Amino acid sequence: MSEYAIEMLHITKRFPGIIANDDVTIQLRKGEIHALLGENGAGKSTLMSVLFGLYQAEEGTIKKDGKEVKITNPNDANDLGIGMVHQHFKLVQCFSVLDNIILGVETTKNGLLQKDEARKKVMALSEKYGLAVDPDALIENITVGMQQRTEILKMLYRDNEVLIFDEPTAVLTPQEIGELMQIMRNLAAEGKSILFISHKLNEIMEVADRCSVLRRGKYIGTVDIKSTTQEELSRMMVGRDVQLVATKGEAKPGKVVLDVKGIHVASKAHHNDAVKGVSFQVREGEIVCIAGIDGNGQTELVYGITGLEPITHGSLILDGKDITKASIRERSQTMSHIPEDRHKHGLVLDYPLDYNMVLQRYWQPDFVSGGFLRAGSIREYSDRLINEYDVRSGQGSITIARSMSGGNQQKAIIARELDKDPRLLVAVQPTRGLDVGAIEFIHRQLISYRDKGCAVLLVSLELEEVMNVSDRILVMYEGEIVGELDPKKTTTEELGLYMAGAKREKVGV
Amino acid sequence: MRQKKSILGNDGFQSVLAALLCIMVGLLIGFLVLLAINPAGAVNGIITILKNFWNYPSHAAAMKYLGNTLVKTAPLLMCALSINFCYKVGLFNIGAAGQYVAGAGLCLYAALAWKLPWFVCLILALVAGAVFGTIVGFLKAYANVNEVISGIMLNWIGLYLVNMALSNVKEQASPYTLKLASTNPAAVLPTMGLPALFSKNKYVTIAIPLAILIAVAVWIVLNKTKFGYELRATGFNKEAARYAGMNEKRNIILTLMIGGALAGLGAAFLYLTGFEEWSCTQSSVPGMGFNGIAATFLGGLNPIGTIFSSYFIQHITSGGSYLDKAIYPSQISDLISAIIIYLCGFVLFFKFTLNKRLAAAADKNGQNANAVPEDAGKTETGKGGEKK
Repeated sequence: MSEYAIEMLHITKRFPGIIANDDVTIQLRKGEIHALLGENGAGKSTLMSVLFGLYQAEEGTIKKDGKEVKITNPNDANDLGIGMVHQHFKLVQCFSVLDNIILGVETTKNGLLQKDEARKKVMALSEKYGLAVDPDALIENITVGMQQRTEILKMLYRDNEVLIFDEPTAVLTPQEIGELMQIMRNLAAEGKSILFISHKLNEIMEVADRCSVLRRGKYIGTVDIKSTTQEELSRMMVGRDVQLVATKGEAKPGKVVLDVKGIHVASKAHHNDAVKGVSFQVREGEIVCIAGIDGNGQTELVYGITGLEPITHGSLILDGKDITKASIRERSQTMSHIPEDRHKHGLVLDYPLDYNMVLQRYWQPDFVSGGFLRAGSIREYSDRLINEYDVRSGQGSITIARSMSGGNQQKAIIARELDKDPRLLVAVQPTRGLDVGAIEFIHRQLISYRDKGCAVLLVSLELEEVMNVSDRILVMYEGEIVGELDPKKTTTEELGLYMAGAKREKVGV
Repeated sequence: MRQKKSILGNDGFQSVLAALLCIMVGLLIGFLVLLAINPAGAVNGIITILKNFWNYPSHAAAMKYLGNTLVKTAPLLMCALSINFCYKVGLFNIGAAGQYVAGAGLCLYAALAWKLPWFVCLILALVAGAVFGTIVGFLKAYANVNEVISGIMLNWIGLYLVNMALSNVKEQASPYTLKLASTNPAAVLPTMGLPALFSKNKYVTIAIPLAILIAVAVWIVLNKTKFGYELRATGFNKEAARYAGMNEKRNIILTLMIGGALAGLGAAFLYLTGFEEWSCTQSSVPGMGFNGIAATFLGGLNPIGTIFSSYFIQHITSGGSYLDKAIYPSQISDLISAIIIYLCGFVLFFKFTLNKRLAAAADKNGQNANAVPEDAGKTETGKGGEKK
């Protein structure tokens, strides 16, 4: 028997004009937790897609237990006992936990479902690995953590031996992350082999045995976690030294820029308001951060402030002017918005980069005369931003935005929004899915903007970012602000308690 | 940084290639159908269709019938532009047929009943089409009614409304409206000496150059103006357009209004030449608006390309009428042109396939080792979309 559960040897996968995986080798030992680290666009997803049979590699071989195998579609992967927990769960919302687990591998008798046996098996697995779930609860009613445990049970139910976790901690609270780490250790102890995809160094340091690093499609190396440091890993990933913690001076808050007074915003998903009477202020020269677990009204709060959704009650004052009913265009004169979803809101992906660079100001006389676009000035402006913010793309200004990497798309948005010189910058998850290098850049931009006397409202789900960048933390839970914390005086654990709704204080007004 | 691409990678070239492929496949299938019905005349049949006006041996006659094909190309082009324009904003204006009907109705009524001059009739046709388009636009913008549904339903309302109204100005003995040239010569579009080029075909009017100018204008508006920037941004990504402060509702209504105006004007380009009369008993919406869909796609969704594709489709349609009626039943000509037109709608599919082939070929060559996989970003969107 081979020492390795899965070996991917010298995998090369090309896309037109791009080598996504260039001679990549990873070897997953039996019973180990093997981290796969790399920036966005480093080729992690492609590599996993090859393992899953979604793509065929041009070169290289895959071995399972030392024997070469061909994986041409996901069913092959399944038959080989390879399972994956996707970053965004693939669960049927209105089905129960049990139904979701057996979906696709149901035992039937004369065409009728036989769920009793399945239930026994699920409960046994749940107990064995410490995966607490309520098998009869509907997915839509359970916490994200339990949904993730459901996904893990799905893999175990299929007797998968190789488990892939794709950025599993992105949606969890600190407490839930702790639990997940324990679960992963249990699984490894029982002989399951785990591939853990992440770009969070501290998690890798905590849970993984070994770590393989990819950079720009190339295999950089595999290291033993015991004999390495976070700094070394980040250097391997980015190719240079990176400052992991943003350095910044003391905040010097000035006049109030944004005054939010008891606003309500309706929810699209249900009949209750998503934002229920939220009040707070953001001053010049400070970064106020809204922390919270995804789906607690942060998105709607930002929509209300930026004008994408109407405010049903309460009022909004920007620089002394009431903007409660102002249009998006009116607000955007003094407010910049780095949207949560860069593909949905931030960019017109089929437009070239230069058209995207003027998305918020194409109507200004600089870029339009007599109703006609001034292509020359648009190009010039875009070239300047590309230079200043180091936005990299294949063909500069004429690159179609869709073909750019996520990090550079985000840089383009940031360039566009910061260059507007706003009084208030609303940045929602500005570093989502980005690598350390880009995160460092964006954090520096936010801080330098603050230091210029601009007010920054940062909405983030990343605890590290919340703790490092903000001057003041407001925690949002179920549409309300449940706590105001000073990042210098609080701990992630305390923050986690607020985020989970276990602790609250009356704030605001 | 810019690399010299092969001509195959050029988007415009691909569109043309895909269009030609579509035409070939369409002709082939048309040929097979002819073969199946009566093998004896198939080869001649397909050649007849392709030859259209060249079926006439004399140059003079051929030019005259080329003129006829052009006369009917103008309205088709306008309908195609209407659909093209809306399509760029992400709206499928299948209501172009009804907007065309509305334009025909009002311009003929104005010409025959009110005896108004041609330019007023032209403007009224434009207005009628615009009103029809605006109705669809309002429903779409404010009630989120699918423009295909409301467009199709309006097509029928328009048809019967126009049948009813034009019954007041029809000939006693036939269902056709009165002859324009004899009833109100002032309403006939000016010819500006164009018939001289087409063996004195008096139906060749300014409608033809005007339609081509409008095609160019549509291209300019879409690609060079602020308005076009907004419209295309809305078409590509509605949410991003809203984020950028564009007025989505206004743009939807304006788009369909302009689309309607184009189609309505198209009707005037045909009926104000006197080439055809309106039949007040017709029970189907004129095919012009629907053929416009095929012309739009065959033209690679480009207003300029649409000029050529409209001509081709009209060429085939006219050519079909020369099929030997002794060998083939009279419906066969329409059937064959319909099959070819149907295949014309496959341009995007062909283009897609072509692109994939090219990508695969480039993949093999494995040039350009710049490892920035774009799929990383894409997977992210995909995942984001599923999360709800």
